[in-house]
Amino acid sequence: MPKLIKNGALVDDQWTVLNEATGPEVLRIVGGKNFIVPLKFWQMFRPEIEEFGADISIWLNSDENVDAIAEEIHSFPMIALNFPVFSDGRSYTNARELREKFNYLGEIRAIGDVLRDQLYYMSRCGFDAFSLRFDQDADACLEAFKDFKTNYQGTVAEPAPLFRRR
Amino acid sequence: MYKYDQYDHQMLADRVGQFRDQTRRYLDGQLSDAEFLPLRLQNGLYIQRLAPMLRVAVPYGLLASQQLRKLAYIARHYDKGYGHFTTRQNIQFNWPELEDVPEILEHLAEVEMHAIQTSGNCIRNTTTDQFAGVAADEIEDSRHYCEIIRQWSTFHPEFAFLPRKFKIAVCGTQIDQAATQVHDIGIYLTLNDAGETGFRILAGGGLGRTPVIGQQVFSFVPQVDLLTALEAILRVYNREGRRDNKYKARIKILVKELGIDAFKAKVMQEYERILGGPQTLTNEEISRCRSFFTDPDYEDLHDAPAELGAALQTNALFASWHSNNVHPHKKTGYAIVAVSMKETGVAPGDITDRQLEYLADLAEQYSFGEVRVTHHQNVVLADVAQKDLHALWHQLKQQDLAAQNQGLLTDVICCPGGDFCALANAKSIPIAESIQRQFPDQQELEDIGQMDVKISGCMNACGHHHVGNIGILGVDKKGEEFYQVSLGGSSKHDASLAKIMGPAFAQEEIPQVVAKLVSVYRDLRQEQETFIETYRRVGMEPFKEKVYAKAD
Repeated sequence: MPKLIKNGALVDDQWTVLNEATGPEVLRIVGGKNFIVPLKFWQMFRPEIEEFGADISIWLNSDENVDAIAEEIHSFPMIALNFPVFSDGRSYTNARELREKFNYLGEIRAIGDVLRDQLYYMSRCGFDAFSLRFDQDADACLEAFKDFKTNYQGTVAEPAPLFRRR
Repeated sequence: MYKYDQYDHQMLADRVGQFRDQTRRYLDGQLSDAEFLPLRLQNGLYIQRLAPMLRVAVPYGLLASQQLRKLAYIARHYDKGYGHFTTRQNIQFNWPELEDVPEILEHLAEVEMHAIQTSGNCIRNTTTDQFAGVAADEIEDSRHYCEIIRQWSTFHPEFAFLPRKFKIAVCGTQIDQAATQVHDIGIYLTLNDAGETGFRILAGGGLGRTPVIGQQVFSFVPQVDLLTALEAILRVYNREGRRDNKYKARIKILVKELGIDAFKAKVMQEYERILGGPQTLTNEEISRCRSFFTDPDYEDLHDAPAELGAALQTNALFASWHSNNVHPHKKTGYAIVAVSMKETGVAPGDITDRQLEYLADLAEQYSFGEVRVTHHQNVVLADVAQKDLHALWHQLKQQDLAAQNQGLLTDVICCPGGDFCALANAKSIPIAESIQRQFPDQQELEDIGQMDVKISGCMNACGHHHVGNIGILGVDKKGEEFYQVSLGGSSKHDASLAKIMGPAFAQEEIPQVVAKLVSVYRDLRQEQETFIETYRRVGMEPFKEKVYAKAD
């Protein structure tokens, strides 16, 4: 099971990420209760998924825009944003927009190529859960949130930039 | 000059600690090359042809004497005794050891310096005109706005993994020595009808493989909304800039592919949405930052003092330096002095540890303890009393810093090229030298007048060849180095891109090619025309004809 950091602590993951899903029967075959499904899958099979009765969240790839789920955002208990490769920075913008444009209060989870050295910036953009890449040292990752004691910019947790505080 | 408070110091200390840990994990094998790459780049560290290269940030080109001394120390202890000023007002060291870099960063932090975001796909050092705050003709000093942008862009969590590098230039002067229009974002200070300062903002400029002049996105952004405008542009770029091909990943390609109107519409939508948010600057913050860039304690002096007049009369060499390297100052009795780093036989922009220390002393003695690095790879002493110019010149001469060629043909901009850079297709430093050797005569140089020669060793265009009056690009043809010559570029307010003249030349032909171009100009110029003015009037043809004419 991938290591999950949530709200600054290592926790057990209750969710199953479906990376590729061809049809709604996949939910039955995989089994379980909580699924994070691809955006496109959810858009195509929404009635069938809802009928299945599990807790459903979605994940967006970095080239997908949170505007695509503007209407339904608040119905999701969590939204996952994928990093196909750690150097793809688009999910940072998606996370900020979820928090600042849509005032989304649920969990925002980083999935994919999630590495120790990017966690700090992710957390400042509104991510509060991090599904670490399999090879990451979880204890070292917990330290990453303390990389800096202060920042120039405002962030999701502290919207006022330093110039409003210094 | 900006002074760090406890917050700035804390961030820098945290950064040094972070990079020390990252370097340790890399050397332990816990971080792969690919994972360490953006981390080291965002700390200015490249792996080059012969050794790592460390690029140190010089925010908007400003350096104090104690910082120059620290750079000299680093050059001496961690390098081979010299550094290299870049076209983005930074300084780089070509020979440090990877293991030593955290320690070097610690040294830099002691004097409020760093290498943060001097490379990598992030927002780079913000640059400006080296005459900011002292130019005789200026809308407003740009430096405090640069500092505001520096702080906003430093460790910006959303924009650390952009599609590609991102460069911002700010200009408040009339002539524009910051190449503002060929930056990803170019910002011109401007006044509205009510006489208030604001910003005209261009986006999508850049050099590299596809040179483009930036297009206007905002005609007037009020001061307090500066960061709102930048944030809006960066967000659109981060989301929509291409990531499938690194050669098409700069914002200029996005602007081109969308068209300026569609790009503008997206930016405006974002701008309107976040307008008035917490990133809105406060007047207190603008005043706080401005307070670091006030005038030094100028004396009440007269222009053209007697001792200067006498020296100009009696010393032709000094007079020549004065006419080329000394510029009018806003304050009566003062002058701006350009110290040329273009002594023939020295790689353009190179400076030794001793010269760095010497400049530190001269800055303290003559210019309130500060210097500025220029995008032309020279150094400026911005506040020199005119009565001291002659004495200063004598002292510059002692350390080979009195080349009187600023703005002239031999004041060549040149990237490190194939001698150092892993990206280069061809050498560039020997080309610069061969051109300088072709024109040894100062009188001839002065007769040729203002002339920008710019040389890049590959199409990444660090030597800005696209905006040279004469631009020279090194290309590789089946393992041999050739040089493509372009004409008609400019990076000033009248920015234009140079056009390729024709087939490329062998290295040894270049000095003759430049000589022929110069002779065509001297034959055809009218009255006070500069090279670029003549070129714009007569076009490419006469130059091309002469250069490619078959020998009889």
